[in-house]
Amino acid sequence: MESLTLDRLQFAFTVTYHYLFPQLTMGLAPLIVIFKSLAIWKKDEMWNEAARFWGKIFGITFLFGVVTGIPMEFQFGTNWAVFSKYAGGVIGQTLAMEGTFAFFLESSFIGLFLFGEKRLGQALHWVSAFLIFVGTWLSGWFIIATNAWMQHPVGYEIAADGSVHLTSFWSLVLNEWAIYQYLHNMGGALVTGSFAVAALGAFYILSKQQVEFGKMFVKAGVIAGCVASIWMLFPSGDWQGKMVAKHQPVTLAAMEGLFDTTQGAPLVLIGQPDIEKKRLDNAIHIPAALSFITYQRWDAEVKGLNEFPEDLHPDNIPLLYYSFHIMVGLGTIFIAIMAIAAIWLWRGWLFESNWLLWILMLLFPFPFIANTVGWMTAELGRQPWLVYGLFRTEEGASHMVSSGNVMFTLLGFFGMYTVLSLLYIFLMLRRIEHGADELTAAAAAVGGEN
Amino acid sequence: MELIWFMIVAFMLVCYVILDGFDIGAGIVHYFIGRNDAERAAVIRTIGPVWDGNEVWLLATGGVLYFAFPMLYASAFSGFYLPLIMVLWLLIMRAAGIELRHQLEHNHMWTSFWDFVFSLSSILLAIFFGAALGNVIRGVPLNAEGYFFEPLFTHWGTTGETGILDWFTVLSGVVAFVALAVHGANYLAMKTEDEMNLRARRVVGVGWYALVGVTVLSLWAVMYVRPTLLNNYYALPIGWLIPLAVAASLAAIKYFNAKGQDRNAFISSSVYLAMMLGGAVFGLFPLVLPALDPANSLTVYNTRAGDYGLSVALLWWPIGIIIALGYYTFLFRTFKGKVKVGEEH
Repeated sequence: MESLTLDRLQFAFTVTYHYLFPQLTMGLAPLIVIFKSLAIWKKDEMWNEAARFWGKIFGITFLFGVVTGIPMEFQFGTNWAVFSKYAGGVIGQTLAMEGTFAFFLESSFIGLFLFGEKRLGQALHWVSAFLIFVGTWLSGWFIIATNAWMQHPVGYEIAADGSVHLTSFWSLVLNEWAIYQYLHNMGGALVTGSFAVAALGAFYILSKQQVEFGKMFVKAGVIAGCVASIWMLFPSGDWQGKMVAKHQPVTLAAMEGLFDTTQGAPLVLIGQPDIEKKRLDNAIHIPAALSFITYQRWDAEVKGLNEFPEDLHPDNIPLLYYSFHIMVGLGTIFIAIMAIAAIWLWRGWLFESNWLLWILMLLFPFPFIANTVGWMTAELGRQPWLVYGLFRTEEGASHMVSSGNVMFTLLGFFGMYTVLSLLYIFLMLRRIEHGADELTAAAAAVGGEN
Repeated sequence: MELIWFMIVAFMLVCYVILDGFDIGAGIVHYFIGRNDAERAAVIRTIGPVWDGNEVWLLATGGVLYFAFPMLYASAFSGFYLPLIMVLWLLIMRAAGIELRHQLEHNHMWTSFWDFVFSLSSILLAIFFGAALGNVIRGVPLNAEGYFFEPLFTHWGTTGETGILDWFTVLSGVVAFVALAVHGANYLAMKTEDEMNLRARRVVGVGWYALVGVTVLSLWAVMYVRPTLLNNYYALPIGWLIPLAVAASLAAIKYFNAKGQDRNAFISSSVYLAMMLGGAVFGLFPLVLPALDPANSLTVYNTRAGDYGLSVALLWWPIGIIIALGYYTFLFRTFKGKVKVGEEH
């Protein structure tokens, strides 16, 4: 394999793996703040225990997010030196701001939140939970702003040496693309977090390990999960789609598997793109719906792939197409299940409906898949550009690092992350098992006081 | 403008070395000071709430280096490809060692495994970081475009086809290893009681002789490998205060150690680290990555970013750092005092 392929593979692998953890921590952080708030507001020790329980899961997940995140910043320099020289003056700003404004905040208060409750007292413990939430969501902002600049470069000029120089700080930090991408992405994190809370609650009820807390978790998870799932489709998904249509029309065509420019373009539900014959096989679609959701007119023209020169096409159209369709398909299923669960909860049937609890429990891996393919849509859709319209991916890799060396480190990451995965799964299973005992003890203590 | 950012990067790097230095150092002397499971748990607890924040200085420094001197970031990171990726793996192992140990607190196999991982990765990190600094002082085979690549080792010499490791950079690694061991032992002396405290003081006392030895040896080696490092000192004689401060801080470590003033000894080893690094930086300026062929050297001038980016960052950076120092003060005050053996979280 040539260096470029390996560089891309290594970044794709390490970033995909990394993002499994932050999506959970960013999703759990606001829920922990809510639990902690309920504990103080209602003077309910049960919610306090819930905050501690999820705080521990947050803590382990946060650690894995931190250690798998450092390789991301490093790889800009190690594997993408030419790109770094070209764009470091711009995207380095947001990365440095992430370190300065978000990481210091998170790293200081995670220790205080996990180990400092007795020393801090309830009010300051709440503050530390809140600041962790702020830190994780700020961190998300700076990374999205970095990615958004690569998707839709703004506030720059090309300098004499060919590199880009920043000309407007606020354009970079408040990039239009970043705003919509952030709203969509953070909703996705909340889906992961709330589905995890609901799933574990369902497991505790079904296994009869801890029914009281199980019900609290399911309730919190279903309410948050229902809101977040709907938010992902409308309005945030809708906004995001319109951004792509406006700034990356060729990407939209590839995502939809639309080869020919069409008036009243259909929305494809299922079908297999055939790149060689330039057509979509076995398509099942809703007539004219793509035109409508993109331009609010049933007969609007949507440009197809054939409209654009091939060297502007994303280089892996089938994967991009499937990523997008898996994301949308899962998102639709999420809304359906969470809506039913919310109604059942409202009617008071949910905790007796084992079939629905089983579904909620088994649903927990799917938000991770949906978030992953969502990011694959964004990143494959950006191809063949590293910086959209300015700088091609093939130009960005380090020249001096041989493919043998990249292969070595890629295999090393495979091994390292396999070990990390086993450790994480082991620790989570253990936490879930021990957590049930701790929660039972806590419930007994609260019951005893009454 | 590039001068200010050069000093900011140097300042942040010094903060990183002093802060993460003491928790890496604690890892180096882990087995010397923690003789049994409960004591080693206490070692981990002294750094538990702060190590992550300390490591953020590395990321924040990297971020600033990235936008202020993008060409340097690109060249150094791709050139030091293998050691940097290995540093990443070591950082992952070390974090796991620190944070996963207490997950199964009463399982001896589990804790002893992570003790080993923590200590080994700390030792290797200290040596790698020292060797990295050694490479910067020695110079690297930059080409006309400002890029290079070095294998891990070649013929162990400092000229021609150099590798990351040669006799000089290994010596730098040893200096870092000894210096951080003493620094970490000072920290542990400050944070522990009774037996552990006495042991930590003894490690400092013995380590001090090694530190003086390798410091003198390394200064001699630097003169041999890069004699031009002295030019700035001749041009700006006030610079001679730096080696003077190195000597004074070494003496102070011994003095305060003998007196049992652990906190002052820790401050002295912090000053020592700052001055050693500061002395190298002062001597190298304006070079940031010297080339074996001097014409290709990277300087603050040919690696810097655009004016606007550098000036706008001068507005947000101080705010961010002041807030961060505020968190730090709060964090260290909350967890101040000595850690007791056998105490739960």
